[in-house]
Amino acid sequence: MAWQTARSDATTVIPSTAVVSRRARTGRTPGSRTMTPYLFLAPFFIVYSIFLLYPVIDAFRLSFNERVGISTARFVGLENYLALLSDERYLRALLNTTLYALGSLFILSPLALLVALAVRSFVVPSLNLRSFYRVAFFLPNITSFVVIALMFGLVFDRDFGLLNAFLDAIGQPTHNWLRSETLALPSIMMVAIWTYLGINSLYFLAGLQNIPDELSEAAQLDGAGRFQVFWSITLPLLRPTILFVAIQAVIFSYQIFELPFLLTRGGPSDASLTLAVYLYEVGFQQFNQGYAAAIGYSLAMISILLAGVQLLLFRAFRDDEGAG
Amino acid sequence: MMTAGIGTRGRVVQIVGNAILLFGVFLTIMPFFYMVSASFKPGNELYSIPVRVLPQSLFLGNYQLLFDETSFLRWFANSVFVALARTAIAITLSLMAGYAFAKFEFRFKRPLFILVIATLTLPLYVILVPLFSMMTSLRWTDTYWALILPFTAQAIGIFLARQQLLGIPNELLESARIDGASEWGIFTRLIVPLAQPVIAVMGILFFTASWNDYIWPLIVLTSDEKFTVSLGLPSLIGPYSQEYGAVMAGSFLGTLPIVLIFLIFQRRFIEGIMAGALKG
Repeated sequence: MAWQTARSDATTVIPSTAVVSRRARTGRTPGSRTMTPYLFLAPFFIVYSIFLLYPVIDAFRLSFNERVGISTARFVGLENYLALLSDERYLRALLNTTLYALGSLFILSPLALLVALAVRSFVVPSLNLRSFYRVAFFLPNITSFVVIALMFGLVFDRDFGLLNAFLDAIGQPTHNWLRSETLALPSIMMVAIWTYLGINSLYFLAGLQNIPDELSEAAQLDGAGRFQVFWSITLPLLRPTILFVAIQAVIFSYQIFELPFLLTRGGPSDASLTLAVYLYEVGFQQFNQGYAAAIGYSLAMISILLAGVQLLLFRAFRDDEGAG
Repeated sequence: MMTAGIGTRGRVVQIVGNAILLFGVFLTIMPFFYMVSASFKPGNELYSIPVRVLPQSLFLGNYQLLFDETSFLRWFANSVFVALARTAIAITLSLMAGYAFAKFEFRFKRPLFILVIATLTLPLYVILVPLFSMMTSLRWTDTYWALILPFTAQAIGIFLARQQLLGIPNELLESARIDGASEWGIFTRLIVPLAQPVIAVMGILFFTASWNDYIWPLIVLTSDEKFTVSLGLPSLIGPYSQEYGAVMAGSFLGTLPIVLIFLIFQRRFIEGIMAGALKG
């Protein structure tokens, strides 16, 4: 979103200089004029510094220390970070979370794009039906993960669950979804896809709305087929949206906590342990604070890296368009 | 778009496409439906084979149990109070700071704004441990303070407020100044009314986030009477109790407020959630 703000800045600079000169004529003391913006900023930045900036710095410091429970911290340099590299549970969590993120990327995002394309195409001609789909698919997104986890606990139950009852009814084998080492993580992925399909489709719908219909209509008049129009007009123009949705989905995938925590506790035998669940265990059950801070920073680094990739690719796209 | 002239093949695609979409809607709604249905089933029916989608009769015992033997109503009140307080403070802080960024020139404006935007994607997990230590030293653990205050400085709020307020013409502020209005008066009597749309978006965004928050209450709260709905419901399932019917009743009631707000303010709601809570 940063590219939008940069653009709007340019438009405000000019009128505000005019304001200063006119304000000077009203004869208010210069002191009150220069203090005003800071007074408006102060409440936010006080809270922000105490509860966000300070903890961010404190966590950084803590990640280079060994501190368990209420003992005093002992500086250990990079030891926590090095320990992560040979910590089997951490690596397992990293792998699980990465698999989960890849699931978002390669299953959720394409599925959401398909839904958006279908809803906007001739498949759904009526506007009422269109908004019905929007609302229905959006519903899971406003539901808390706690409720979602509780609901799906009942859906996935081995003996009394809805899913096994359905599979049984159509003559398919049933599974112990959440207690199986191979199925626990895929089950959680299914729930996540169920949750986020709607909002991701909405992002794609918003992106599609920005593509003028004239382009595809002109191409169709020139004899291009639907698929051709999609492949050589819609898809390239949708690149920024695709990139935005994909990267955001991956960033937030790395932060998944409630579903594995409530559905499986990361089990069985760490089969669905994610980075956030591991951080919670280390920091708030074992009270190993320095180590938990290091896990937290490793998570942050992943986010920062991905955000950087996003920024670079956006630049590349923009230059592309500028050149073409 | 046009329905005429899509041909037989187009017609088939249309029917198949809608069938798939409707199946998707069915899969989306089914768990909700089953949650409501399960809340009206007595235990022996909930745990019986074959599994039935509909309850055999409207059994109200789960709701009775929820109201009489758990602190659900207290949790509900706590959730409302915490979400309202957090939302009101967060909106005020965001609007004031967003106004400064949109309508004033001052030193360090750009670096400050970049600082705020830079923390937009920062995972909460980074600060969880030190923030909890801070709560301990402040003796704020197990208090509403800990639930409300730390999350009232929201970068996304500044971003949204600034975006909206940039559109207000400077001439308007200037003429108010010439008329002798104080800066605070301009903010409360001119800016706040003009910012209604973004206030609504932020309100929905912050309220929903607070209502659905789980990990922070899990970390800072210890006593049952301070719990929020999100924290309370899972606590009902443990080694000593398996009252799934009551939990489903509570989940249903606990989701209702958000669903109602959603249905009333649909468009703004989608705007708000899209602005702030893209997850995946």
